[in-house]
Amino acid sequence: MIPIIEKVPPFQNNSRSVNLKGRIGMATAKAKGARKKKAKKVEAYEDLPGTWVFDAQRSRKGYRLNKFFMSLMKADNRKAFLADEAGYLKQFGMTDAQAQAVMKREWNRMLELGGVVYCLAKLAFTDQRSYQSMAADMTGMTEQEYVNMMLAGGRSPDGWRSKSERRGR
Amino acid sequence: MARIIGGVGTSHTPAIGAAVDNGKTGTDYWAPLFKGYEWSKKWMKKMKPDVVIMVYNDHTNAFDFSIIPTFGLGCAEEFPIADEGWGARPVPIVKGYPEFAAHIAQSVILDEFDLTILNEMQVDHGLTVPMTLLFDSPKAWPVRVIPLAVNVVQYPPPTGNRCWNLGKALRKAVESWEEDLDVVIFGTGGMSHQIQGPRAGIINKKFDYGFLDNLTRNPKKLTKISHLEYMREGGAEAVELVMWLIMRGALGSKVKELYRFHHVPASSTGVGHIVLEAR
Repeated sequence: MIPIIEKVPPFQNNSRSVNLKGRIGMATAKAKGARKKKAKKVEAYEDLPGTWVFDAQRSRKGYRLNKFFMSLMKADNRKAFLADEAGYLKQFGMTDAQAQAVMKREWNRMLELGGVVYCLAKLAFTDQRSYQSMAADMTGMTEQEYVNMMLAGGRSPDGWRSKSERRGR
Repeated sequence: MARIIGGVGTSHTPAIGAAVDNGKTGTDYWAPLFKGYEWSKKWMKKMKPDVVIMVYNDHTNAFDFSIIPTFGLGCAEEFPIADEGWGARPVPIVKGYPEFAAHIAQSVILDEFDLTILNEMQVDHGLTVPMTLLFDSPKAWPVRVIPLAVNVVQYPPPTGNRCWNLGKALRKAVESWEEDLDVVIFGTGGMSHQIQGPRAGIINKKFDYGFLDNLTRNPKKLTKISHLEYMREGGAEAVELVMWLIMRGALGSKVKELYRFHHVPASSTGVGHIVLEAR
């Protein structure tokens, strides 16, 4: 069940079929004008600050990005990626934005674009970095600051329960 | 008759496994955590279970996103250790119990839990870290393991109530197996933690303690916690705690709390642990 990088299914290439709001373009193709587009349902968990819940929509958008991360479970692939990042990424058919985020190691952007954090970790390990140092990057802290916060009991949920609570701080 | 004699709840943070594998268990950072499992290791040695049902989740190692089973039961002879990106953990291969697992699968499917049967699967830290914490570092595991992999990676995981009821079905399945076997069931993952985004590092002791209290006292209350509440109060990945409810559901109505332990931190997470005796 280890992913084989040659086997990226074509139906998941969603780079063309996603409109600006991130919805599938199928409805438009099927019934142009006949069906009113439904407003995107805003999920309650979207109100969690500093969090990208990996739901089915994000998973769909991130399918090829996550395929890439999982390819890094093989030592040969890790080597090939580090030798030519842009060239290696091409075989996965991910969006330019996703490829840019990978090459710039913009972790939060990768989460936003459909990466799941357990997959991102494989990129951190490829860079010989620890999970903890990746997590620290995501919070904007240095690794030592992050470790100190955890040793002091972690981040309190107070002030982090909703976006409005966060803004009020 | 096979019977469930006890339940273990524990976090499965990968850094714990790495600490063992790299000989760091005695450091200032790690020693208090491992001390917290000493009692439980002794208990496990005394109980000598024949089989462990390990409720855990894969972390994009055995499963990519081509298939996402909500519940998957490991029915293989053995389960190799996954290379998660830094090499496989140097722990023994996990031996399954295919005959018993096949019986459990049949029983719970007829009980209306449509689980996926996994005849080939690698297992990652979600399974091996709890094994290490409770069974130490032997040359071969002293117990056969039936893995029950639960999707908690892609939202939504199964609800707490669904997990609780699956636990009850598991108990029925175990008790309808003729062979005289002692089974310990594990619920793993959690407790409060968030390991992604600017909000990473959430720890909510009050939430964790409340969960541990109710696990013995009022587990029905826990089945009503929504995914949003887990994520808001305990951090995005605290939703893994639904897996503890499968364990608890399998123990029946009366349990006795034998031991508990809570510790912060292990890398980005809080660590919770409980040992329950089925009555």
